[in-house]
Amino acid sequence: MKAICFYFQIHQPFRLKNYRFFDIGNDHYYYDDFANDEIITRIAQRSYLPANEMLLDMIRQYGDKFKVAFSISGTALEQLEIYVPEFIDSMKDLAATGCVEFLSETYAHSLASLEDSEEFITQVKVHDKKIYQLFGQHPKVFRNTELIYSDDISALVASMGFKGAITDGAKHILGWKSPNYIYASALAPKLKLMLKNSKLSDDISFRFSNYEWESYPLTADKYIDWIAQLPDEEQIINLFMNYETFGELQPRESGIFDFMRALPRFAAQRGIEFWTPSEVLAKMKPVGQLAVPYPISWADEARDTSAWLGNTLQNEAVKKLYSIAERVHLVQDRRIKQDWYYLQASDHFFYMSTKHSSDGSVHSHYSPYESPYAAFTNYMNVLSDFMIRVREQFPESIENEELNALLLTIRNQENEIEQLNREVEMMRRNIVKDTTGDFPVEPEKDVPTPKKERAEKKPAAKKATTKKTATKKTATKK
Amino acid sequence: MFGWEFPPHILGGLGTASYGLTKGMAQNGDMDITFVIPKPWGDEPKDFARIIGANCTPVAWRDVSWDYIQQRIGNVMDPQTYYNLRDHIYSDFNYMSTNDLGCIEFSGRYPDNLLEEINNYSIVAGVIARTVDCDIIHSHDWLTYPAGIHAKQVTGKPLVIHVHATDFDRSRGNVNPTVFNIERDGMTHADHIITVSNLTRQTVIEKYGIPAYKVTTVHNAVEPLSEELLNLEAPPGKTSKVITFLGRITMQKGPEYFVEAAAQVLSKVHNAQFVMAGSGDMMEKMIRLVARRGISDRFHFTGFLKGKQVYEMLKASDVYIMPSVSEPFGISPLEAMQMGVPSIISKQSGCAEILENVIKVDYWDTNAIADAIYSIIKYPAMYKQLQEQGLEEVSKIVWKKAGAKVIDIYRNLIGQQ
Repeated sequence: MKAICFYFQIHQPFRLKNYRFFDIGNDHYYYDDFANDEIITRIAQRSYLPANEMLLDMIRQYGDKFKVAFSISGTALEQLEIYVPEFIDSMKDLAATGCVEFLSETYAHSLASLEDSEEFITQVKVHDKKIYQLFGQHPKVFRNTELIYSDDISALVASMGFKGAITDGAKHILGWKSPNYIYASALAPKLKLMLKNSKLSDDISFRFSNYEWESYPLTADKYIDWIAQLPDEEQIINLFMNYETFGELQPRESGIFDFMRALPRFAAQRGIEFWTPSEVLAKMKPVGQLAVPYPISWADEARDTSAWLGNTLQNEAVKKLYSIAERVHLVQDRRIKQDWYYLQASDHFFYMSTKHSSDGSVHSHYSPYESPYAAFTNYMNVLSDFMIRVREQFPESIENEELNALLLTIRNQENEIEQLNREVEMMRRNIVKDTTGDFPVEPEKDVPTPKKERAEKKPAAKKATTKKTATKKTATKK
Repeated sequence: MFGWEFPPHILGGLGTASYGLTKGMAQNGDMDITFVIPKPWGDEPKDFARIIGANCTPVAWRDVSWDYIQQRIGNVMDPQTYYNLRDHIYSDFNYMSTNDLGCIEFSGRYPDNLLEEINNYSIVAGVIARTVDCDIIHSHDWLTYPAGIHAKQVTGKPLVIHVHATDFDRSRGNVNPTVFNIERDGMTHADHIITVSNLTRQTVIEKYGIPAYKVTTVHNAVEPLSEELLNLEAPPGKTSKVITFLGRITMQKGPEYFVEAAAQVLSKVHNAQFVMAGSGDMMEKMIRLVARRGISDRFHFTGFLKGKQVYEMLKASDVYIMPSVSEPFGISPLEAMQMGVPSIISKQSGCAEILENVIKVDYWDTNAIADAIYSIIKYPAMYKQLQEQGLEEVSKIVWKKAGAKVIDIYRNLIGQQ
């Protein structure tokens, strides 16, 4: 008894326009609308839409025998809503079949899990809300940006109530172990882990049309054969890939769509089923714990976070960005909130990588910039402007904690005033009614007492973060 | 080898490159190199190549004693070499102005009568070619092509010419026909042509009509800097960022783009100073341009810098810029990187072909130059990344590798004969 679990990632960042240092303080719109429109429309036409159509056909043909999961970042959803709304409709159709599961992730496809736990939790909630609004599902399984995972992150994810998380079966973590089992987090043993089977996933997403590969051409029966030949105990094959695999990374003429369409038939012959991540977690028990002290991901040869935090440029940009996180959390301005998400997309840091050879060519393939230095310059110019805007919101002389308290007071007073206004209005109406003399004045009972926001919760979280920065400061002093 | 300049008395990049390459070839072993220059001063390094001065090579017979020669040119050359050379005078050049040793005087610079000096150099080359036994003749830059051709005709040995620059680079397209003819003559007579970049290779193939198989690129390298230069103290009390342009202020180097970019940056940043170090025929024009842009208070001209001053200037700099319109190779950004100064170079320079950790821009794109300057002086991470990675990168660009490539070319030529 074996099962395949498919999960597809869809993500597009909001690419930045050429933003010169003259624009700092003057121009507050940062995005290259033309490029964003052009890229997402092209990929949707060539890949997302035909692939959705294919999946819908397959689900109709095989009923609930064929299932897949999706993880779509918030920034991608926003772009698709703006530029390719028909994709959202087609995704809704897929969701309605009940054979598609949506996974949770950070709204901005960000690195918040590594830098700012408070921001991380907020983003996951915002993303889950968006998924519910669009597709009517509450995600149950978590998948972090580019499968970034570590013990610390697993504790955060578990604390948010997720049953399971998805990550990469990195060789240096697994060692002799196989990714075809379910594991548990070492720090939060209740959190089950599903690991990507890199070999079988990359066979489809990277090697499928490679003439020089000894297994070329890859056919559905050959592929299912490989899976069937795995040891009986290895029951779950996790095939995680970019959704662009269909039609973009592997062009339509390579036969990738027909390959996918044929998979369920051969799988059924060999008794292999298709499960969603939730099903996997419900049906299977972890065989052991997996300790991951340092973060892993599915990017680059090293399978760590060096794709985004590998050099001085990247570290500086990320540190600068999250240095203003606390302030941004206090801001109510919607445009600032929006830019805050867009600027966090991990892609901006991916473009700044100075790696060489095959990793380097992947980075420059996706990068809209000529060089990592150009990527850094442009991003920092934008970030400089953004930071000015955030600082302008409140006087800089006030400390974050004090500011937080003041804002809370203001908000509570606002609520109170609103409440009192309503009461006054009610009273006036009653007085008017009373002039007829038919009814005696009755005291209002159903007016709820003003709901005060509790202040306890916030400072507690604050303390944790301030402690963190304090330890950091001492660390740098050393 | 025929060259025009040799350290320590150099006027441009040619001498540095000739020296580095010779040394790099010697490091590969099994090389016996004779280097001819117009006017040796006596303090040239002689440990890996024998230096012969054209101004110490007799072209007319004079009866002089050993002691007299020793006293006159002993610091430059062994008197025995003089006698050997004297035995190979092939024609009577007494009609030319020769001195008491029967030698022609050379300035060793770029005088007004340069063409005459080139011609004399070629006459002398005839004597040397008859004296020195060699397998390969190697001519550095157009000034020595006629000498190379002459030596080839005398000895019948293969001629390699080394193109450090072409007149298309020097003149932005307004080529001097005489120079062009000398260059083209050298290229057609050469058995193989070495260019310092693919950019130059393309010029040689397209503008001079040379078949591509005859032209090979061997990128230049740099000598590691001495401890003394690396440990130079940065000037104290520096409060603002210094952005430096270093080189001849001529059309080829694109100084006006530097000024325009400076004007942009200064309109936004206040603690920055721009320095244009060097001299050249466009200097006055640049001073006027700086005044017209109203940035004279933070834009400085230092005049020509030599020797150690160059490195002191680099040490004080935060950004180095080379916006050359056309640069066959351009060794100075490599030196800046060695001193730990982040560099911005034009895509139109040959060194852009091999450098990774620099910022490359189009020379005319003053917006991009300004953006790059701003980024380096404003964002410490950018500075640090370029500085550290640049140092690491440049430490791997050594002459020994370039020398090995040249030796390979020699082997092929000798094998063909």
